[in-house]
Amino acid sequence: MASIDTGGGEVSHKKGPGVKKAKKLSTRVDMTPMVDLGFLLITFFVFTTTMSSPTALDLNMPKDIKKPEDQTEAKESGALTILLGKGNQVYYYEGQLKVDAAENNFKTSSFKDIRNVIIDKKKRVIENYRGDPDCEAKAQKEGKPVSDCKEQDFVVIIKPSQDATYKNTVDILDEMTINQVKRYAMVKILDQEYELIRKTEEANNIR
Amino acid sequence: MPSVKIPRKSTDTDMTPFVDVAFLILSFFIMATKFKPQEPVPITTPGSVLTQTLPESNAVMISFDSANRVFFTVLSEKEPAIIDAVIQNLNSSRSLNLTPQEMSNFRNIYGIGVPFSGLKSILGMPAEQAKKVHQPGIPVADSANNELVWWISAAKDAFAGKPLKFLIKGDAQSLYPTFGAVIDALKRNEEFKYNLVTALEDVPKGSEYEKSLNQKSK
Repeated sequence: MASIDTGGGEVSHKKGPGVKKAKKLSTRVDMTPMVDLGFLLITFFVFTTTMSSPTALDLNMPKDIKKPEDQTEAKESGALTILLGKGNQVYYYEGQLKVDAAENNFKTSSFKDIRNVIIDKKKRVIENYRGDPDCEAKAQKEGKPVSDCKEQDFVVIIKPSQDATYKNTVDILDEMTINQVKRYAMVKILDQEYELIRKTEEANNIR
Repeated sequence: MPSVKIPRKSTDTDMTPFVDVAFLILSFFIMATKFKPQEPVPITTPGSVLTQTLPESNAVMISFDSANRVFFTVLSEKEPAIIDAVIQNLNSSRSLNLTPQEMSNFRNIYGIGVPFSGLKSILGMPAEQAKKVHQPGIPVADSANNELVWWISAAKDAFAGKPLKFLIKGDAQSLYPTFGAVIDALKRNEEFKYNLVTALEDVPKGSEYEKSLNQKSK
């Protein structure tokens, strides 16, 4: 153990009747309290240390443009609008919203299925690519892959409703990263769309 | 019968290496631990697949909890003078009539979430007491009276010439309008880039993002 040997220090002492033998004191220290304290501190620091530091998700918002003629228009064929509702419900439609008796493209989905919807839409946009020489020339000039032009028309519009949670919003933004959607925007929901979500929720009994 | 003599051995084991290792681990944890300042409310952040880490200084953190209360925190560990500058700017821009003593208290409160009318009383308290006060959150819901706009503008002036990042830390269960109002306040200050604080999540297998990550590592 951690102790210093002090033996053998008595060689020079004279032995005789008048010389008292010095008592040999042990220099051994009881280490138990120190070890106890050490382990107490270890447990404390183990519990308080957070190994996983939080990460950050970048979000860039566009500047609010008041004039309608300055606004960027998305091609109808490449647009996918995702609406977030109450109770982790996701709704979506492609292109323009149509809710007539003849045609209804407003669909209900969930966070599990929306990934396939995005992948599927992206695939179809790439298939329908007819070639854009301007974009390809620009991409070559900037040293970007030409294949990026194929999905230039694909744009996802995210519209969280008043009842959607922050988690839903982050989840759908994360879905954009997961599926490598290059162009997406977060836009305020229209009253008409919110009304439609409300009606669908009532019909599906979602509170 | 010949008896076998078993030599008596001491049951004492040498604990020195054991203790050495224990203290080594202890010193590692002491070095690795960084104490977080106590936050006014517990916030569970949603997850995302991104692995970018957060800036810890030169940033402003806007947090909101599950009850949709908004808090404002200035992160500037290295230069606490900036934190003082924020409250001084706010004091002059909104004529809050705060005393220098009250303004110096601002540094000790990590995350403030009171309307301007309640600012004087919370800054007048000792730091220990101020931590226990129930803060109602900065009013943001009404876009005509979004007080967060002034907070951000004060921070922008204080950080002038330095890189400033905006962190948005929201509780997973908070509703979207709060987040929308926070973004609205930032937009009105001509700020369009934000970092959302998230916890790390696994990348889904077979997704395009996973493929792009694999390509990068090759």
